[in-house]
Amino acid sequence: MLTKELNVALDAEGFMTDPSQWTPEIAEMMAVEEGIAPLTERHWQVINWVRQEAASSGEFPSLRAISKRSGVDTKELYELFPKGPARKIARCAGYPKPKGCI
Amino acid sequence: MKRLLILGGGTAGTMVANRLVHELDMAEWQITVVDQDETHYYQPGFLFIPFGAYGKADVMRPKRDYLPREVEVIISEIRLIEPDKNQVQLVKENRTLRYDYLIIATGSHIVPEETPGLMEDEWRKSIFDFYTPDGAVALHHFLRTWQGGRLVLNVAEMPIKCPVAPLEFLFLADAYFQDRNMRDRVELIYATPLSSAFTKPIAARQLGDLLEQKNIKLVTDFNIASVDPDKKAILSYDDQAIEFDLLVSIPTNMGSDVIERSGMGDDLNFVPTEKHTLKARDYDNIFVLGDATNLPSSKAGSVAHFQVDVFIENFMRYLDGLELLPTFDGHANCFIESGHGKGFLIDFNYDVEPLPGMFPMPGIGPFSLLKESRVNHWGKMMFRWTYWNVLLKGKEMPIPAQMSMAGKWQR
Ligand SMILES: Cc1cc2nc3c(=O)[nH]c(=O)nc-3n(C[C@H](O)[C@H](O)[C@H](O)COP(=O)(O)OP(=O)(O)OC[C@H]3O[C@@H](n4cnc5c(N)ncnc54)[C@H](O)[C@@H]3O)c2cc1C
Repeated sequence: MLTKELNVALDAEGFMTDPSQWTPEIAEMMAVEEGIAPLTERHWQVINWVRQEAASSGEFPSLRAISKRSGVDTKELYELFPKGPARKIARCAGYPKPKGCI
Repeated sequence: MKRLLILGGGTAGTMVANRLVHELDMAEWQITVVDQDETHYYQPGFLFIPFGAYGKADVMRPKRDYLPREVEVIISEIRLIEPDKNQVQLVKENRTLRYDYLIIATGSHIVPEETPGLMEDEWRKSIFDFYTPDGAVALHHFLRTWQGGRLVLNVAEMPIKCPVAPLEFLFLADAYFQDRNMRDRVELIYATPLSSAFTKPIAARQLGDLLEQKNIKLVTDFNIASVDPDKKAILSYDDQAIEFDLLVSIPTNMGSDVIERSGMGDDLNFVPTEKHTLKARDYDNIFVLGDATNLPSSKAGSVAHFQVDVFIENFMRYLDGLELLPTFDGHANCFIESGHGKGFLIDFNYDVEPLPGMFPMPGIGPFSLLKESRVNHWGKMMFRWTYWNVLLKGKEMPIPAQMSMAGKWQR
């Protein structure tokens, strides 16, 4: 994994465990690993919104929240981050794996 | 007189009312419960209605019979909660109720309108739910004459209440069609937004194996965008299509509309709640119990019961001016029906996933954990009696509120 070479804490599945270590370069590398590079302006709109939201509310937003309030709707989220947008967004934004509900 | 108001007289609201009248000095307190529906539904029983094991009457009782005599009960829709004024507006007679403390227990319900196409022409013709009594009864009528085909069970979106119910439905359906000698004419498909059969890895593996043994096809990461009623297909956001002859849907689950109207909820109208104390995040005299919270614990009756246990102790401390203890650990304890008179039991919390082992229960158990057995099935069937007679009435259950590791096998 590319991200192994960075000096940031990752869990077994390659999610960052400390969002404060995140840099935009990390997002680009995660995107390569997730097969969605290069990141476009629309990707960044999502990543930036999610980071802001997570920082202010203390919780990683749900996909529903992202589609309602980031300015990118669900259909487009699936185009930008195909097959499991929540996990791909979390990786690019430098957050731990979103906890599926139980 | 101090006023305590309970919104919602379902599982959590009823349990907490029964406990509070014993704990509080009723000469000093006035407790009021508001609910829009006179009938208490035993929701776990809905699962059995499509297969004819229970009828509607088996799951309905008058709410008043289960609420203590000492509390005032008002049957009315709640229009608005005004936390800044410590008051609640009701629809009936435009009444306004003031409170010193508020408990929100307004639960969750399905919202099929969230998925385009679900409620169009095929609704209740070839598309059903079993999360409402009417849906479960309609599905029962349909199944009685169904000649077979492809049954697709779809979970629209997480979280849903009773997250094991979709699996139980499929296991029971497999057994039901076998008993009717038509299993070979029915294809069973489970389309879920999750990445495996269940959210927790060890249980997901066990339950996934069971699906395979029972020849139930699992389609993971399926996020439904819409239903095409003409083509009879469900469509995902990434353009997969699954055709069906019979669609059993678990639509999006949301909190009560009054939470949205009052501006107190998240995107699904669940109330932001402190994870370990059950106090509303934004208000110091409001607590949230049961399905109405936004917590990552299961939305289940057993969880509501453990929450009430923890809440009562904490609330008494709170009234005495002590700080709240972080005692709620997300404990859940669920029987899973697996068909042909057998069942599983899983026991877990926020941090510990369901593990195999034996679950000790004085007088009744032990129940085997994460493993099929007949005793577990009887546990589930007994649960209906326990629900009405022990759980709702707030009597002591032989299970502690916090999860215990006793009997669990750890690696
Ligand atoms: C098919 C199915 C199977 C299940 N199986 C199990 C199981 O095996 N084990 C288990 O533990 N749990 C199971 N559950 C889940 C369990 O039933 C719920 O988690 C539990 O009932 C939640 O309790 P509650 O008090 O939070 O909500 P509810 O019991 O749903 O009560 C909410 C109450 O609030 C009232 N209300 C809401 N909004 C308003 C308003 N605006 N005005 C007035 N009144 C309002 C409603 O009328 C309702 O009476 C199952 C659920 C379903 C649907």
